Amino acid sequence: MTATAKKSFSIWDLANPTRFLSFADKLMPWLLGLSVITFAIGLYMTFFVAPDDYQQGATVKIMFIHVPSAWLAMGAYTMMAMSSIGTLVWKHPLADVSAKSAAPLGAVFTFLSLVTGSLWGKPMWGTWWVWDARLTSMLVLLIIYLGLISLWRTIDDPIKAGKASAILTLVGFVIIPIIKFSVDWWSTLHQPAGVITLDGSKVHSTILIPLLVMALAFTFMFIMMHMKIMKNEILRRRIRTMHMQAARRAASSQTGNKQ
Amino acid sequence: MSAMAALFKREIQLSVRVGGGALMGVLFFLIVVTVFPFAVGPDLNLLARLGPAILWIGALLATLLGLDRLYQADQEDGSLDLLLLTDHPLEMVVLIKCTAQWVATGLPLVLAAPLLSLFLNLEPIGIAAVTATLLVGTPALTLIGSVGAALTVILRRGGLLLSILILPLTIPILIFGVSASIGAVTDPAPFTTPFYILCAISLLMLIIGPIASAAALRTAQE
Amino acid sequence: MQLIVKGLSCIRGGRPVLENVTFTLDQGKALVVTGPNGIGKSSLLRTLAGLVHANAGTLTLKGGDEELNVGQQAHYFGHADAIKPALSLKENLDFWQSFYGQPTRTAYEALSEVDLGDLTDMPAAYLSAGQRRRLSLSRLLVCHRPLWLLDEPTSALDAASEHKLEILMAEHLKEGGLIVAATHAPLGLLDPDRLHLGREQIADPFVDETTALSDQPQESDR
Repeated sequence: MTATAKKSFSIWDLANPTRFLSFADKLMPWLLGLSVITFAIGLYMTFFVAPDDYQQGATVKIMFIHVPSAWLAMGAYTMMAMSSIGTLVWKHPLADVSAKSAAPLGAVFTFLSLVTGSLWGKPMWGTWWVWDARLTSMLVLLIIYLGLISLWRTIDDPIKAGKASAILTLVGFVIIPIIKFSVDWWSTLHQPAGVITLDGSKVHSTILIPLLVMALAFTFMFIMMHMKIMKNEILRRRIRTMHMQAARRAASSQTGNKQ
Repeated sequence: MSAMAALFKREIQLSVRVGGGALMGVLFFLIVVTVFPFAVGPDLNLLARLGPAILWIGALLATLLGLDRLYQADQEDGSLDLLLLTDHPLEMVVLIKCTAQWVATGLPLVLAAPLLSLFLNLEPIGIAAVTATLLVGTPALTLIGSVGAALTVILRRGGLLLSILILPLTIPILIFGVSASIGAVTDPAPFTTPFYILCAISLLMLIIGPIASAAALRTAQE
Repeated sequence: MQLIVKGLSCIRGGRPVLENVTFTLDQGKALVVTGPNGIGKSSLLRTLAGLVHANAGTLTLKGGDEELNVGQQAHYFGHADAIKPALSLKENLDFWQSFYGQPTRTAYEALSEVDLGDLTDMPAAYLSAGQRRRLSLSRLLVCHRPLWLLDEPTSALDAASEHKLEILMAEHLKEGGLIVAATHAPLGLLDPDRLHLGREQIADPFVDETTALSDQPQESDR
């Protein structure tokens, strides 16, 4: 991992936290710019291009926040699962940092999709919450995120915590599709009448394009925040290392005097 | 006696002698089932409808709550170190420990289920269905719970965290277990489909459980 | 048989606990590891046992079983007693004998060696601290493993038991065994090799660079 050949830049060079930090610093303004621009376009299209629904009125525009949040909620977990493989198989020092940083983001986006879903549902269903398959799956995903975050927080040693969380993330990655499947089964068993579903093929382009732009904007924002959190985590670990070195240096100078 | 048979015998001896593991689990199960009617009322028709769900929730909680010491006891007294110093695969050790744990705590729950079903006014076919689903499903609960027990092995008070981590992952087992039980008594709903899916999930846990638990134990042991 | 350790290094929680430990131990010899507290004596023994993964260096038991690693041919006798209070003394020993294989003495013979022969069928819960330590020690006698790794073996032992331990160690060496012990006790009978771990061995130019630790790959497990 101490890449000596600096001739060609490869993705593996980012394994080095120092190099990653400078790379992240260079990338940050670009990501910020891209997210501001895409958000500006996306929000403009949301408010002025996308039509109101003939039944739901302007409420339908919650979708432009709700759907990208839900996508990112699942995307963040996929990313954590890939990072976990990096932690367990290649012992990549940044993989663990990446997974740990993605967890709170994933939880926030899951929460956001639940809240927007609930706000959207209130005028539709007349209640803040229904045990609909999608909402229920998202709620379970939120609980899994929160469980992972608490596992990270309870184990003191960051490396042990990273590995334990990586194992749980991967177990979850295998089981989450089964949970999704079982919740769908359960939902159809109890609610044969279909609730509002977004039928992909029927979506008109005046809705689809703003949706995709918003999804892009959310993704840029996600990447930017993820890098920022990773940077903080790396710096936090450096401080921890420096503290330990200081303690050790003090200890060795003491025994040095005695001998 | 082979190494794994010796391990199985030791685990059974320990769970029978320490704090009456099997009895405590069944007692907890009994109390959960007893408390439910106080919450929902003594209406026998309602209880018959909720019966499979109540029994499954009771079994789920009784299984998970008994798991936090599965590896912790061995970790604390140094036995876990010594269990690692052989060429027996740790996955196999985990599987044997889980089997013993299930025989000592899960199987008694399955055996108690028919008796407790009577309190909930289940009809005979429903009793058979609930018992069958518990027989197939509780090993899966033990195996997935074992992952949680291994992840929290170094934490002094890991019991609560274990439940937080593992309960969401047991949702499919709960859904198909209860669905199959209800399917056996309610006419249009099928019994076999959810029952087979439940079997498939149990078999999958038979693979995931030992591998993930062993990985977690190795991490903790470093 | 010869234990060869070359350049053994180990990092725990971002902190180097062993740096470049090298020694060779011949058949029938003991190595006494000394040094101030917290210098890594326990870590050295755990690394030799394979319980802690070494970041660098090699470990070989020349003339041992090719298919097993060093830890699988070693008895590890650490601070924890690995005793189950609910089992009798004999059951405790029988388990490790079956689990490890290669039996040498029966449980009764081993217990007699450490003066616990009269208590064979008593639950281990009733033992005093010193007796527990001796029971734990008798585990080394029920099955054969060429290398003994002893971490402070004399702690909680009285003078007579300590003398007994020296005799057992001498017997093991005479039979061609090897011993690595971290201890302050003189162990006069054995004429051991000595290894002193001091601060100077830990000091290393690498780790003074602030970024060095976070830039290194994490310590890996097997």
